[in-house]
Amino acid sequence: MLKRNRPAMIALVLLTVIALASVVVPWLMPEVLKQTSSATFLPPLAKHASGSVHLCGTDVNGQDLFYRLLTGARVSLGIGILGAIISLIIGTTYGMVAGFVGGRVDAAMMRFVDVIYSVPRLLFIMVFISALDSYLKVGLDGARLWAQEHQWLWLERRMGGLLPYSKLLVMVISLGLVEWLTMARIVRGQVLVLREMAFVTAARAMGQGTFTILRKHLLPNLSTIILTYLTLTIPAVILDESFLSFLGLGIEDPAASWGSLLKDGAQVINPIESKWWLLAFPAVLMSISLLALNFLGDGLRDAFDPKSSD
Amino acid sequence: MLAFIFRRLLSSALVLFCVVSVTVLLSFVMKGGPFDREKPPPEHIQKALLERYKLSGTTWERYTSYMSDLVRGDLRASFRYRDWTVSEVLAQKMPNSIKLGAVAFVIASVGGVLLGSLAALKRDGLVDWSAMFGALLLISVPTFITGPCLIAVFGLWLKVLPVGGWGRWEHVILPAFCLAGPYLAYVARLMRNSLLEVMKSEFMRTARAKGVSDTQALAKHAMKVAVLPVVTFLGPLAANLLTGSMVVETVFNISGAGTVFVNSLQNRDYFLLVGAVAVYCALVILFNFIVDVLYGFLDKRIKVYG
Repeated sequence: MLKRNRPAMIALVLLTVIALASVVVPWLMPEVLKQTSSATFLPPLAKHASGSVHLCGTDVNGQDLFYRLLTGARVSLGIGILGAIISLIIGTTYGMVAGFVGGRVDAAMMRFVDVIYSVPRLLFIMVFISALDSYLKVGLDGARLWAQEHQWLWLERRMGGLLPYSKLLVMVISLGLVEWLTMARIVRGQVLVLREMAFVTAARAMGQGTFTILRKHLLPNLSTIILTYLTLTIPAVILDESFLSFLGLGIEDPAASWGSLLKDGAQVINPIESKWWLLAFPAVLMSISLLALNFLGDGLRDAFDPKSSD
Repeated sequence: MLAFIFRRLLSSALVLFCVVSVTVLLSFVMKGGPFDREKPPPEHIQKALLERYKLSGTTWERYTSYMSDLVRGDLRASFRYRDWTVSEVLAQKMPNSIKLGAVAFVIASVGGVLLGSLAALKRDGLVDWSAMFGALLLISVPTFITGPCLIAVFGLWLKVLPVGGWGRWEHVILPAFCLAGPYLAYVARLMRNSLLEVMKSEFMRTARAKGVSDTQALAKHAMKVAVLPVVTFLGPLAANLLTGSMVVETVFNISGAGTVFVNSLQNRDYFLLVGAVAVYCALVILFNFIVDVLYGFLDKRIKVYG
């Protein structure tokens, strides 16, 4: 069914290309391009001293923008997928329990979702991240120093490498804790329909417990809808992450995501000397990716969800 | 109905209490206080400072004393802005954010409903297709990309609207549209799907069979029902606009409460932080309460749970 939806198929191909490129291409690029250098703010297609080309120019630290874009894509897409999976687990469990138990419990659980829906959640995420991040940093640094003491070079380097990404960990978890609401609603609605069906009654008559019915009978029936909303949650999480990074509350240098790249680009832009490439390339790449994800999600929904299409 | 209103009021107060409590406790566990220096001051000075800003005592004592101050309407003093109380800072910055948010709210809700209905009426035509593609585009592209684009087109290129600044009404237009964009798109999609659903229903066929003209059937019967999902979205919309305005304020250099919030987080200015969250949430929760009551009046079929 999805194959007939041409925009969704194009989106799928595009996303695969971007994801593959972000994983593979940074490995193939020459080392000299990846490091910071004195060649700051070179326009796109400028030649590096070693003869290789800065495809998208360089940034304020003289780093190749193309390289940063791809590693940023890795971070953004990674956060999106991980956060979406976390929210999927929470949302599905919550929705299945609410829908299957029903009655007052269902009403209370769904009222809770409504309340969280209408509270500015990102506000708390910001407070939560800044509260938790410092603890994690101290923990990582402690582990690094401990490894240094015991001459465990491998562990020391690992911990040192993780430090700039410590916020990512907190961010993935907290964004996952925030974006599960839609999933819970959808899954609950579907469970309400499914639980009245004959096969559930049959399973019950055979003496199967609630948990078994949920896992063995309802979950497989929900899988398509879960997959669909997983695709739609990924762009939402990516947007949230870029929002935080743009405000300077998310990922920290030297690690980068699309949001932080855009923040850097927006900081140096002025009408006199336009460094447009620092803004334009991340903006285009991010917009295309998010658009593709949304197209794919909509396509999947139209294909699987009989209610949304005719 | 009165019992319903009372229950909702009670639950709103409860939500507000929980929200503020969580923020206060989170701000207590945050590392790095406002008076932490590389070289700590003498002990008695440190103690006096903590005393003055009411930061001494156990966590429970600090929490209860803060909450009792809050109930009395005292948001305490800011650490960062010397000689300013939190209420003064917020009273100065909040109106800008509210103005921006209110204009964006009107644009998103009214514009979304209009665009969505138009798309539903011209179903599968060019208008529908382009409106829905535009909506998807607006949802996908974050405001910190549309913002600079809007500035570049309307401010620098066409020169019809000011690039930045704040004060006159034309300064509000670009930021408000930028902020409203994604939500306008969302409302439009919601409205389109809901109206299409309603137009297929039995009572619409009956209305037409009675000889009611298409426009009248639409205005008198369909819209009333189709607009309900949009009304339920108004509460979350207000919450989203509030958080969204932080980015828009940064992009358009508006000195509003969003920037205050972000700065207070980076400066570890706890009381300003908690005060901002409390005021934000109070506004949103109050608004939600109004929407809930409104919905109760609009939808006679509503199931009233506590």
